[in-house]
Amino acid sequence: MVETVSITPAEKTAGVPAVRKKRKWTADHWLAAAFLAPSVVLIFLFVYGFIGWTGYVSLSNWNSLVPDWSFAGLKNYLYLFHDFRFQADLRNTLVFTVLFIAAVIVLGQLLAILLDQKLRGESLFRNIFFFPMALSFVVTGVVWQWLFNPSTGVNLFLKPLDLDSKWYTDTTILGGFHWGKIEFGIPVAIIAVVVAAVWQMTGFAVAMYLAGLRAIPDEVREAARMDGATEFQLYWKIILPLLRPITVSVIIIMAHISLKIFDLIYAMTGPGANFVTDVPGVYMFETTFRGNYYANGAAIAIVMLLSVAIFIVPYLISSRKGGS
Amino acid sequence: MRKKASAWLALALGIGMALSGCSSSNSSSDNAKQGSQKAGEKLEIFSWWTGAGEEDGLKALIKLFQEKYPDIEVENAAVAGGAGTNAKAVLASRMQGNDPPSTFQVHGGAELNEGWVAAGKMEPLNDLYEKEGWMDKFPKALIDMVSKDGNIYSVPVNIHRGNVLWYNKKIFADNGLQPPKTFDEFFQVADKLKAKGITPLALGDKEPWVATHLFENVLLGTLGTENYKKLWTGEVSFNDPQVKQAVETFKKMLNYINEDHSSRNWQDAAQLVAEGKAAMYVMGDWVKGYFVNDLKLKVNQDFGYVPVPNTEGKFMVITDTFGLPKGVKNPDDVKKFLAVLGSVEGQDAFNPLKGSIPARIDADPSKYDEYGKQTMQDFKTAELAPSLAHGSAAPEGFVTKVNQAVNIFVTQKDVKTFIDTLASAATELKK
Repeated sequence: MVETVSITPAEKTAGVPAVRKKRKWTADHWLAAAFLAPSVVLIFLFVYGFIGWTGYVSLSNWNSLVPDWSFAGLKNYLYLFHDFRFQADLRNTLVFTVLFIAAVIVLGQLLAILLDQKLRGESLFRNIFFFPMALSFVVTGVVWQWLFNPSTGVNLFLKPLDLDSKWYTDTTILGGFHWGKIEFGIPVAIIAVVVAAVWQMTGFAVAMYLAGLRAIPDEVREAARMDGATEFQLYWKIILPLLRPITVSVIIIMAHISLKIFDLIYAMTGPGANFVTDVPGVYMFETTFRGNYYANGAAIAIVMLLSVAIFIVPYLISSRKGGS
Repeated sequence: MRKKASAWLALALGIGMALSGCSSSNSSSDNAKQGSQKAGEKLEIFSWWTGAGEEDGLKALIKLFQEKYPDIEVENAAVAGGAGTNAKAVLASRMQGNDPPSTFQVHGGAELNEGWVAAGKMEPLNDLYEKEGWMDKFPKALIDMVSKDGNIYSVPVNIHRGNVLWYNKKIFADNGLQPPKTFDEFFQVADKLKAKGITPLALGDKEPWVATHLFENVLLGTLGTENYKKLWTGEVSFNDPQVKQAVETFKKMLNYINEDHSSRNWQDAAQLVAEGKAAMYVMGDWVKGYFVNDLKLKVNQDFGYVPVPNTEGKFMVITDTFGLPKGVKNPDDVKKFLAVLGSVEGQDAFNPLKGSIPARIDADPSKYDEYGKQTMQDFKTAELAPSLAHGSAAPEGFVTKVNQAVNIFVTQKDVKTFIDTLASAATELKK
């Protein structure tokens, strides 16, 4: 995944560094710049420009249909962090992200290793695991909403066995203790959502790990076996550590999906009773476009941006260093 | 070099096309502006009427309009989503961006007055009311709901009643029960049903407004119309003992609901009553359209209706209205449409299909079913109360906060926290 293209060697062979300083822009450079300019301008305007705009709104008093640009300081942020619903959102996002990423990594590695055993019909299995990726989260949400519906769905099979559950309507918080205004712990309802998300995204991790496994030369395995390593030791001590860079990539990709998740929750459960399945994305949408609290909504968006940045920025920095 | 030249050419062409694209779209919108002097500008009708019944009603209304004004092109810009939640989001973006639809659906009351009128986005329609002679054709209390500071801002097309208790006739007959008229009777009936293993009250609060809808009815039944209305002006505080009593009643009711309430929307909850899995359901009378059109049930055979306990002689009004936003290019066409919308003919074309009753008091009762006739009668005599859950009583921002508080209360059942939250949210209400 780490792709930093270094042009230094080519330049070195091309000529003396002194020439490079004086070098004039040729038509080629102008052409390249001209082709890049529109997308650079658009990205700066529509991505970074509007991030700045959102940040500005989040510091204003615009909490009704009439824009009010007066400076509010951190009022909107303070309101959020004292708000029951937002505290519940933070808890849910944290629990969802941890469970989701852990499950995707474990299942992804397991399935990829099983697929790597040169079994017959491998491509068939690969496709079966990968196809859920082709669906949108909205479709996944609707399907699993019915599967986990407490009065229909899988409960029809589980009820005779006395194993039926309330799934995403369960309001229990596991291991709960008081924190701020909420009960902190693992909301049982969020587990149903995690299952749906894992079902959809595991195929992606399988594909990445499979590519990683294929990139490990056979010599490594043979050498380990020559040295008398068991199959378990081979995987646990050699193969899995070699897959670590893939795991980092999987974590980055899954974290930014799960921290920003909206469509799956919106289609599957909504905010849930007592906000057990609410996430910042849903709250942002409802408070901004239904309640007309634009500044509060912008503050939620900025908090979401920062939470993703916590994962992305170190990754970008480390990949730059790794490249040079 | 030739390659480079062709690349430059491609770039130049690309830029040229982009520019000409802009200019051509400019000229076409110029044309449209000129055309609107005649009949070129489309009349865009924005609503959230996409469900069975309501969509037919809207189409009948548009058909009537086009028979009268064949030159005006109409665009039905409906956005799907229960109770207009998605449509309102789209509308807010368009109004903020100064791209209003020609006319749009808005609930009479705070949603109109404290929302779009207060934001200075609506044109007054007093002249239209004068011209069409409507001042005595709509009930005064209703005109007040669409007026602010002496100006009238929209035309009501229909009336829905919010305080209706729907019940399964067969369950009540089998158990020898009478529909309850007071909260005490409600709990007696509910206890008997619960003892027999029947869910007494259906609720589907996957979208939290459904629970708020139940709560506002309990508030109306406990406080009475006068004090209920004063809640929204701040004259009666949420710390009032009567509010506490209402919250306690609401809390007690929650002991009688179906367990999977948070996985159901309002239609799914209505199904429980239709299928005989639950006995009673508090919901606005759009549920009648759902029973009759979608589930093919018969009024007064399969299901019956009474006012919500303690609210007889009271009428929780939900009225859909259409107004004229500022900055539309064809205000005269919009007024022609509003004139049709407010006419007896227009209201009688729309309402029987939608399952609502006309907002005018001189419409033709023979066009309506049994339920409609009785409701039209009640509408003339009952005390009108604005609905909170549907945006008539208080601004959207307050409603959003109440919905959140109710959503928490339904699970936690913590009376004190609930009332504190309501009281602190109410500081936003204008006096």
